[in-house]
Amino acid sequence: MTDRAPTLELRGITKRFGGLVANDGIDLDVRGGEVHALLGENGAGKTTVMRIAYGLTHADSGEIWINGSPLTMRSPRDAIEAGIGMVTQHFALVGPMSVAENLALGRSRGLALDLADARRRAAHASERFGIRVDPSATVADLSVGQQQRVEILKALSRDCSVLILDEPTAVLVPAEVDILFATLRALVAEGLAVVFISHKLAEVRAISDRVSVLRRGKLVGTVAGSTDERELARLMVGRPDFGVERPPESRPSAGEPVLAVTRLHAAGAAGRPVLTDVTLGVRAGEIVGIAGVSGNGQTELVEVLAGMRRPTRGSVRVGLEELAGGDPRRMMRSGIGRIPEDRNASLIGDLSVAYNLVLERLDDFRRAGRIDEPAIRAHAEELIARFDIRARPDDPVATLSGGNIQKVLLARVLSRDPRVIVVSQPTRGLDVGATEYVRLQLLERRAAGAAILLVSEDLDELLALADRLVVLYEGRVVGEMARSEADLERLSMLMAGREAAA
Amino acid sequence: MRRISPWSTPVLVASAVLITFVITAGPILAAGANPIEAYVAFVVLPLTSEFTLLEVLVTSTPILLTGAAVAIAFRAGYWNIGAEGQLLLGAIAAAGIGIMVEGLTPFLALPIMVAGGAVAGAAWAIVPALLRVRFGIDEVVTTLLLNPVALLLVNGLLHGPWRDPVTGFPESPRIAASAEFPTLIERSRLHLGFLLAIVVIAAAWYVLARTPTGLRLRAAGLSPHGARFAGINVGATLVGAALVSGAIAGIAGVSEVAGIQNRLTGGLSPGYGYTGIVVATLGTLTMPGVAIAAVFLGDLTVGASSAARSLGIPSQLGAVVQGVLLLTTVALLASRRHRARRDDGAEAGTGGTANIAAEVKA
Repeated sequence: MTDRAPTLELRGITKRFGGLVANDGIDLDVRGGEVHALLGENGAGKTTVMRIAYGLTHADSGEIWINGSPLTMRSPRDAIEAGIGMVTQHFALVGPMSVAENLALGRSRGLALDLADARRRAAHASERFGIRVDPSATVADLSVGQQQRVEILKALSRDCSVLILDEPTAVLVPAEVDILFATLRALVAEGLAVVFISHKLAEVRAISDRVSVLRRGKLVGTVAGSTDERELARLMVGRPDFGVERPPESRPSAGEPVLAVTRLHAAGAAGRPVLTDVTLGVRAGEIVGIAGVSGNGQTELVEVLAGMRRPTRGSVRVGLEELAGGDPRRMMRSGIGRIPEDRNASLIGDLSVAYNLVLERLDDFRRAGRIDEPAIRAHAEELIARFDIRARPDDPVATLSGGNIQKVLLARVLSRDPRVIVVSQPTRGLDVGATEYVRLQLLERRAAGAAILLVSEDLDELLALADRLVVLYEGRVVGEMARSEADLERLSMLMAGREAAA
Repeated sequence: MRRISPWSTPVLVASAVLITFVITAGPILAAGANPIEAYVAFVVLPLTSEFTLLEVLVTSTPILLTGAAVAIAFRAGYWNIGAEGQLLLGAIAAAGIGIMVEGLTPFLALPIMVAGGAVAGAAWAIVPALLRVRFGIDEVVTTLLLNPVALLLVNGLLHGPWRDPVTGFPESPRIAASAEFPTLIERSRLHLGFLLAIVVIAAAWYVLARTPTGLRLRAAGLSPHGARFAGINVGATLVGAALVSGAIAGIAGVSEVAGIQNRLTGGLSPGYGYTGIVVATLGTLTMPGVAIAAVFLGDLTVGASSAARSLGIPSQLGAVVQGVLLLTTVALLASRRHRARRDDGAEAGTGGTANIAAEVKA
């Protein structure tokens, strides 16, 4: 490292959302000529800290220094003037306009827009930075990778000295990743400082000079880019604390699976495969955990099972009933209880707790054509007591805390005694008490004979609850093991897309 | 915990009225009148004599119906801007049926005409609804664009096949006497349409507030994703709301033809469909609110036209007051929503953050 002041330095950045600490006193610096990766799981606070550095979010405390002097950050305009550029996950491009016009946007002064000049400048920038795009191409016609190049070019042509890339590879195919990395190497060689946000170990190792690892809002450490993947994985996911609520040793699960997913395929935006040939089964009285870094098909798998996404091929069965492509009602009727990761969007925030508790089965609460209000109220009061929900029946769900919202969803699902429970990130964002409660409920259902598919990014949770683990990587099942055979290292490698090194 | 705003809806609407009066004092002064006097003339005087009071109710009748039509659609999250065109289709059907039912007893003629108007209004609403549900085409544009088409249809009929054979005016022949709405009170213009509007509003209130169907509709409007997740067929709900909305707007057309004009005319509706959007918004999409807002706007309209005579100010000032009232109400509603969201600690466009924040605030 040189003696020069870092190009961008963050000192003690702290940011809270309500009671959740998204960033806890983060110190970070990036220097000209290096790629500094920010590694961490989803929700670790990577994006938040960089949004703060770019003026999109304001820190509760902490300082931002540029080239050795403090910067007052009010908005991205201040960031841009200080030489900070950021390419967010959602591109800020105008689709119907040409590349040159997009580059000229926000830079042109006065009333006249000299298109020929804009094209010349775009061509010049493209050549100077070695980023190949056709200035007269329409942005909407470009591939995602090319659009990303336009975004990078936009930042560079504003003379930025620090370039922040938020999960730049998430939207790219492997060949495009190679092009991106080649571009970044060339830019860094010319003295640019790059912050590279990612949760993919292999990529981080391939491109970074230094790696800072965030976990649950805290900076765990800053290590050299050459650090091996096992060590990075360990830093990223932390040491699991075995034995919190470990279920009684796995009985040899016998019998046919109650929930059987066979050779399931699903496609995402633009036909990109998001699930490929996924086969798994869950038996009665068993919790099967799905491990994987977020964005590897878990969300889509849960959506298919919840009836919110149509698979392109394959089979989903509960018992003997074929359900692939069924709508939410069909899935519920066959006995699947669904608790997805986005619990707020799965309830209706502006409706009362009582209504939300019966929304899946309104026809059971109808009397003489009208809503049976007394029955709905009694039902709500019973569930509120049974599931210890801290709310009154008439409170709109949106006024509840996260833990209580999760309990409402849990009560809605479990009160129907589902044979199969599909549950994703059940304790994300919950406090310790609510977390414990939710886990105990799931274990209780397991003891009662439900087949539970548990998706979680929290390895501690999976290891504490699951009887078997299935690892998803890029939409495929890359590993399956009994919990007794599962160790953190093997899981981490599988999750990172590496074969377990035995 | 999300705080409930102290700006309860009645307080908010009352504040909007006060702010409106402050803002419109300028134009009224410019027109050479005393603002206080003008407001008394606009709002209070029409309610003080039986004749003007009944006129207020007559004026409210069509906008009670279009207000209810718009509010139902909006509650479902279906932005029907086409009540004007649906009203005109209802009017066409009423005029056509009204002529054909010559000789039939009113007990048959009137229900047939009302049903025909409702079907015609619903038919005009169905295409945009299907386009929205099937292909995701924005109904704001399609419903709006069908309004001038409906007006062209009216004018085409009036300048073509339906031109009055006796006078040669571009008006349809008079409908049969048995198809005319009876007046409710002797020597007034208050007709059966007003009663019909009250029945429709009461029924709409009942369905929305008391039935599973209404709850599903509200759920679909509040959160399409959450509703779909709970097994509600959101597409069918939207189409249903659109059809009911169109049918009610169609009945407004029937009411104007059978209760006021007794024939189809080109100037049948001075924008009642659009005023319905104002009524629904001022009434905060609830049926009691729609009823109050419609009568209030009727009051203002009657007041403004008599104030024009008594105070010598332009009657368009009534429209100015209505317009300012709409803008202030929408502004206050929007700022309340914005403030509620700020209290959540969330930032616009960052759903993830908003969710985390909402979860954490206990």
